[in-house]
Amino acid sequence: MPSPDDISRVPGGDTAGDGMPALEARDISLSWDGRPVIAHVSLDVAPGELVCLVGRSGCGKTTLFQALAGLSVPDEGEVLLHGGDVTGRPGHVSYMLQKDLLLPSRTVIDNVCLPLLIKGVKRSDAHATALPYFERFGLAGSADLWPSQLSGGMRQRAALLRTYLMENDVVLLDEPFSALDALTRIDMRGWFCDMARELGLSALIITHDVDEAISMASRVFVMGGDPAAGVPSTIVGEVDVPCPPDERVGFDLTEGYLACKREVLGLLG
Amino acid sequence: MRTRRAWVAPTVTALALIGIWQAVCSFGLVPSFMLPSPVDVVAALVGDVSLLASHTVTTLEEAALGLAIGVAVGFSVAVAMDRFDVVYRALDPLITVSQTIPTVAIAPLLVLWFGYGILPKVVLVVLTTFFPITVALASGFRSVDPDVLDLMRTMDATRWQVFRYAKLPAAADQFFGGLRISATYAIVGAVVAEWLGGSSGLGVYMTRVRKSFSYDRMFAAIILISALSLALMKGVDVLQRICMPWKRAGRNQS
Repeated sequence: MPSPDDISRVPGGDTAGDGMPALEARDISLSWDGRPVIAHVSLDVAPGELVCLVGRSGCGKTTLFQALAGLSVPDEGEVLLHGGDVTGRPGHVSYMLQKDLLLPSRTVIDNVCLPLLIKGVKRSDAHATALPYFERFGLAGSADLWPSQLSGGMRQRAALLRTYLMENDVVLLDEPFSALDALTRIDMRGWFCDMARELGLSALIITHDVDEAISMASRVFVMGGDPAAGVPSTIVGEVDVPCPPDERVGFDLTEGYLACKREVLGLLG
Repeated sequence: MRTRRAWVAPTVTALALIGIWQAVCSFGLVPSFMLPSPVDVVAALVGDVSLLASHTVTTLEEAALGLAIGVAVGFSVAVAMDRFDVVYRALDPLITVSQTIPTVAIAPLLVLWFGYGILPKVVLVVLTTFFPITVALASGFRSVDPDVLDLMRTMDATRWQVFRYAKLPAAADQFFGGLRISATYAIVGAVVAEWLGGSSGLGVYMTRVRKSFSYDRMFAAIILISALSLALMKGVDVLQRICMPWKRAGRNQS
């Protein structure tokens, strides 16, 4: 059971420091209706690290995520979680999409508690677990509202809290902020980075926004290819962001940032 | 508010039509044995109130029982169709075809098979009410966002949990739409079955007053049937509000 006092907890077990990536994709290939979409994709996320994956629309980013989340079984390759094979097995990594997917028929707190309820936790216990996080997630006072009564930013934060309560230390976020307006999006990025660090999460974030990737990640993987034209996508490069995570304020105005952005854009082609 | 104005136009129209009807009768344009005036109809309604009440009870019993069974059957069939794709493919066309059979035509057969008691009436009501429920639920279950299903898979949800948390609420709106239609079908179905044989019920009452040419009482029965159907629809609306509290909540506050 997570506790807000123990913010450094790693739900997946005490694995920090053994040099094993929190999440690793090894040589993953996957086709859809007989057409190869991604080929030989390898990437890794270290424990507590925030990594972004950028690529053009339709290049197969979401297909890769489905494989990482265990929702589809790759033709080749494996998905390792702290070194253990979880290929094709959902339920081991937390997963969040661009759409918040809050259930309109349940109150905010019941939505947020969904992963706990599904695990069989009693409703009152689930609420007691979730409520202390409401303030940290900017949801204070909204527990008994319906999702339709929340603003876009709040809905997305509620979805993030639900993702967090899936109690996996590795989270996959598929364009989590792209449905938000520009200013809310910038706020959410900073908020998410702080929170992920606080909670000790390892995160892989899909985005097609290069600025978002560089401002959040410590490393950016660039995916390229054109599956629609018969060229399966793969990782075409990996760019280190030359700035420690806690010194990001104002980083986007520096030469280092621009150099990094140039490199990513160059890889995107 | 718009809702208040929405009331005005149909009310005025209805009152005007009743006025014209009364005028036609008062001026003797149509003989009163063929078309009773609204005043005659109201008088018949009041005069026969206790007799109508007892027949109404019978009709309501048949309609309620048939509707309850129809909902149960419709729900079960829809769940089976959702759970097993082969059931969906097998039943979908058959259910549609079943609705092309006119109920008036099969009612005599039902009387032949099941006698003059309550059974043929209930069976007819079930046959007419299960369809809207089945169709509404089957399409409601399918309306769930596939991404929600994926999300629930990443949470390791069981089939029952997916049904309970995602599919059932997603189908609620369409279910109540179907139930509203079924509720009106239930009353009409019961009355049609009663026409063809029975000892009590509004349909029986109507066949009796027809034979005695008291069309004022015929109209009284018609008005009563309409009122019952409307009341039942209203009841469904109330039920929906109770069951779907999230529909009442205000929109996005930002």
